[in-house]
Amino acid sequence: MANVQNGSTGDLPSEILQALSQKDTILSTETFPSIKSTDLKGALDRLASRSMIAYETIDREEPVLEAEALQIAENGSHEARVWEALSKKMEGLTVAELEAAVGDKSVVKVGQGKAFKLKWIEKGKDGRLVKLADSIDDTAREHLQVIQKTKTYPDPKVITDLKKRKLLKMQKVISFKIQKGPKFALEIAKEETDLTADMLASGAWKTATFKPYNFKSLGADQNAGALHPLNKVRHEFRQIFFEMGFEEMPTNKYVETGFWNFDALFVPQQHPARDLQDTFYISDPKTADKPHAEDANDKGEYESYWKNVQEVHQKGKYGSIGYRYPWAEDESLRLVLRTHTTAISTAMLHKLALKKGPDGRPPPARYFSIDRVFRNESVDATHLAEFHQVEGVIADYGLSLGGLMEFMEIFFHKMGIEDLRFKPAYNPYTEPSMEIFSFHKGLNKLVEIGNSGMFRPEMLEAMGLPKDMRVFGWGLSLERPTMIKYKVNNIRELLGHKVDLSFIERNPAVRLEKT
Amino acid sequence: MPTISVDKAELYKALGQEYTTEGFETLCFEFGIELDEDTSNTERPIVNGKQEPAQLKIEIPANRYDMLCFEGIALMLNIFREKTPLPNYRLVTPKSGKLETITVHPDTMKVRPYVSGAILRNIKFTQENYDSFISLQDKLHQNLARNRTLVAIGTHDLDTIKGPFTYEALPPKDIKFKPLNQTKEMTGEEMMTFYEKDKHLGKFLNIIRDKPVYPVILDSKRTVCSMPPIINSDHSKITLDTRNVFIDITATDRTKLEIVNNIIVAMFSQYCAEPFTIEPVEVISKHNSESRQVPDISPRKATAEVDYINACCGLTETPERICSLLTKMCYSATPSNTDANIINVSVPPTRADVLHQCDIMEDVAIAYGFNNLPRTAPSKASTIAQPLMVNKLGDIVRMEAAMAGWSEVMPLILCSHDENFAWLNRKDDGSTAVRLANPKTAEYQIVRTSLLPGMLKTIRENKKHSVPIKVFEVSDVAFKEESLERKSRNERHFAAAFYSKTSGFEVVHGLLDRVLLMLKTAFLTHEEGLKGDEKLEFKGDAEGKGDGYWIEEIDEPTFFQGHAAAIWLRLGGKQARIGEFGILHPSVLEKFELRYPVSTLEINLEVFL
Repeated sequence: MANVQNGSTGDLPSEILQALSQKDTILSTETFPSIKSTDLKGALDRLASRSMIAYETIDREEPVLEAEALQIAENGSHEARVWEALSKKMEGLTVAELEAAVGDKSVVKVGQGKAFKLKWIEKGKDGRLVKLADSIDDTAREHLQVIQKTKTYPDPKVITDLKKRKLLKMQKVISFKIQKGPKFALEIAKEETDLTADMLASGAWKTATFKPYNFKSLGADQNAGALHPLNKVRHEFRQIFFEMGFEEMPTNKYVETGFWNFDALFVPQQHPARDLQDTFYISDPKTADKPHAEDANDKGEYESYWKNVQEVHQKGKYGSIGYRYPWAEDESLRLVLRTHTTAISTAMLHKLALKKGPDGRPPPARYFSIDRVFRNESVDATHLAEFHQVEGVIADYGLSLGGLMEFMEIFFHKMGIEDLRFKPAYNPYTEPSMEIFSFHKGLNKLVEIGNSGMFRPEMLEAMGLPKDMRVFGWGLSLERPTMIKYKVNNIRELLGHKVDLSFIERNPAVRLEKT
Repeated sequence: MPTISVDKAELYKALGQEYTTEGFETLCFEFGIELDEDTSNTERPIVNGKQEPAQLKIEIPANRYDMLCFEGIALMLNIFREKTPLPNYRLVTPKSGKLETITVHPDTMKVRPYVSGAILRNIKFTQENYDSFISLQDKLHQNLARNRTLVAIGTHDLDTIKGPFTYEALPPKDIKFKPLNQTKEMTGEEMMTFYEKDKHLGKFLNIIRDKPVYPVILDSKRTVCSMPPIINSDHSKITLDTRNVFIDITATDRTKLEIVNNIIVAMFSQYCAEPFTIEPVEVISKHNSESRQVPDISPRKATAEVDYINACCGLTETPERICSLLTKMCYSATPSNTDANIINVSVPPTRADVLHQCDIMEDVAIAYGFNNLPRTAPSKASTIAQPLMVNKLGDIVRMEAAMAGWSEVMPLILCSHDENFAWLNRKDDGSTAVRLANPKTAEYQIVRTSLLPGMLKTIRENKKHSVPIKVFEVSDVAFKEESLERKSRNERHFAAAFYSKTSGFEVVHGLLDRVLLMLKTAFLTHEEGLKGDEKLEFKGDAEGKGDGYWIEEIDEPTFFQGHAAAIWLRLGGKQARIGEFGILHPSVLEKFELRYPVSTLEINLEVFL
């Protein structure tokens, strides 16, 4: 607390209250001239927070005497001291005698020169210094004395001049104008910071004084837990899918085979996506099995499916001329980290082909998944080797492109995205393929927000799905809309171990429909 | 997707119309290509004292090999805009009536079995179309030809060589010629060294380097024309003055061989004195029954069903109208005389991407305009929404952990082998982790088998955060599993880590208790539980004991001795160790560069399904 000086009792707040009890308004410069302003402020704040006083802070600059000026104010200017010493000896003094009389060589050195110039002294016949003027005005001393006392001078020129002579410097001074507050009293009542059970029990709350709450600061930290922002967006997407009748697919399989990830999707074996540059292959375990049933309930016809896929690639089938290249089983049995969750959609559609609805045909279905996929990418601000794919599949009879576009309007509307545009695109397993664009107001351009299409008959008929069952598929990454929405520029700030925990803790709840 | 740069003024001239950038963008959008950049207002390089004219950089979808050059883009857009009909490509035999021949030797089977060719007569090159000709070959090499592995193209000034030609495969040391733009002759062997460091050609050497014989095209005087897929000879190189071009095409893929041939001749025969005429070549290849006349530029006859097209597009167009829409996409189509539901479609030689009537259907939709198609209800059937149970379970645990004051993290699934094993003082028994064959960095060597490395790395990257740091993750790890088709299985784990100046051992323990309580699992004191079996399998077991979990002290090098426990679960009379928790061993902390103690918890959630 206050380090009170000058005979204070050590209780500065009390002193302030005492002073105020005698005077409505006090100035700290007058009442507490020698107390540090920081100490004073501490005491004032304590009283002000209890409304016992009110105060204003006065900032001003005042001239302060330098060491040399202090000497001048006390003893006179150098030239005046030389004149005075000489005026005491009519016969004058030698320089050495003068120095002895003044007691300071440097004062004599500077002072005699000035005194000569002012014609206060002269050289006598024998070379001694003698006084010339009968009386002098030591204006410098007078000025400094005034300034020392009043902290100012009526003629500002004087201060400017003394500053130039390096006798004065300006110093910032904080002082306070203090007045009584509404709860002024001489005694500081004990203030309670909180209402406690004890006070309720004893009734002390009725008489206690409570410290005012600081409404300008934040409340106490909650040490709250938090969900990851990407998972919060994932939750929103998942809700949208559930609202629209979609079943979640079992995407808990990171390792896939070339067959499910590519061949079954009618992606030819020489397709660039299958390059080592783009796909992670697995070295251990070495190779996959041919597709086969993995549980007793699975009655899938895997052998014929495998043959169908081979044939449609190699020679063509189902009205397709195929890619016409020698299809290699080994390539199909290579293990990969799935490059898309469409590998799972394919397996789901293959299972759907076996199901029988009320009319004996595979029933309409809606599937979705949101899960991690892997690409052997060079890492940069927008690419990681892993990201999340949001995928939806609708299988039904008599679907048309207009239906796919209408569905996309509804789906994206739920995320606050309107006015979609569809662009023809190419994808080996969908035909038609449509890129979905939306006008982004912030970026002032059309941005691609997803990919969609109808799966190719070569893919669906090989599974045994009826020719008139058509299947929409669409996909988008989870990271991209999240990055656009939360203005994250680097994907590494969103996914992976480099994500800032404070970002996770402070990211607001996600409401995709709010733009 | 390949991006093609074309001269903007030249393209608009070819289109017979000036476009604003936005206007051209819209045209591209409707057609299904993408204007990447218009360089009109950007700083362009100055070549030979002349600033490069404004370019349009256009992204072409991967299936449109016929649009990988200026000529193709201009032609396809003009057909789309109904300004030009589809050119009528014609094969013209020379007056002599005798075709040039390429005789194939059986040894080529050992290295590059297929060859094709064509001749463009009386061509007139300008600097622009010459550059475009070279650039198209580059683009085809890069894309369709998979960096020359599948197909390679060589072009020659026919007036410098003389047929009949042979396609042979010779030992590298027996091949000797002056490669394109070089001054001295080299053998095939020498070229492998000479081009080793070549930025452009170096990457193709591997295609044939280790073969006993290299493919080579020779003329009747045994002059080497090219050594595919590496380089042509300097002797027969084409120049601006070349009038007659001999094209050789070699391949390992028979289908793509002819696609490439068709594209090249279709694009550049327009510069022949008689536009769109091509002189065919006779390939004599008896040993593999590949003797034939090439190229075959006759359109492919296909049929498409009117009701299929209308149904997919949501239209009710007549066969005639569908045929006229298809003209815009460079087909010629006519309604069938015999079946009102069928249209006969001629697929031009340039459209090798058309495999099925679905491709024709898409082109009808594009010609109609995707955004003009009538909208219909998305689907008629009602389906039942259903979450995946393991995700539902995982979400319950995530919510409980967050409600208990822990923050969720999402590290990567791939990690280094050391992070997963050695750094955790764990041994790889070789039958646990899935290993990647071709990662670009050591960060991605295996699929994690534990959630701990990712969480510890997350803490390492967040050391500036105030302590305690309390993080958790619910996600999959993967294990090898030989009995499954994919030889691997995922397992859903829950893990948490506490990082502070004190270990937080009991905090992590408390989180375990809390989560298991929420999963309706009672805590059993150790005496109630049975002595643990190290196997991670449920075991049939003593009757009369209730379901629940208990913990048993373990001594494993991952953890600080005396401060780690295995978590055991008994459900339906079966019991298994489902995970462990403890204070990490200081040597583990050191590996992950962590200054304060860390307690972790990791359990398998799938037992609760």
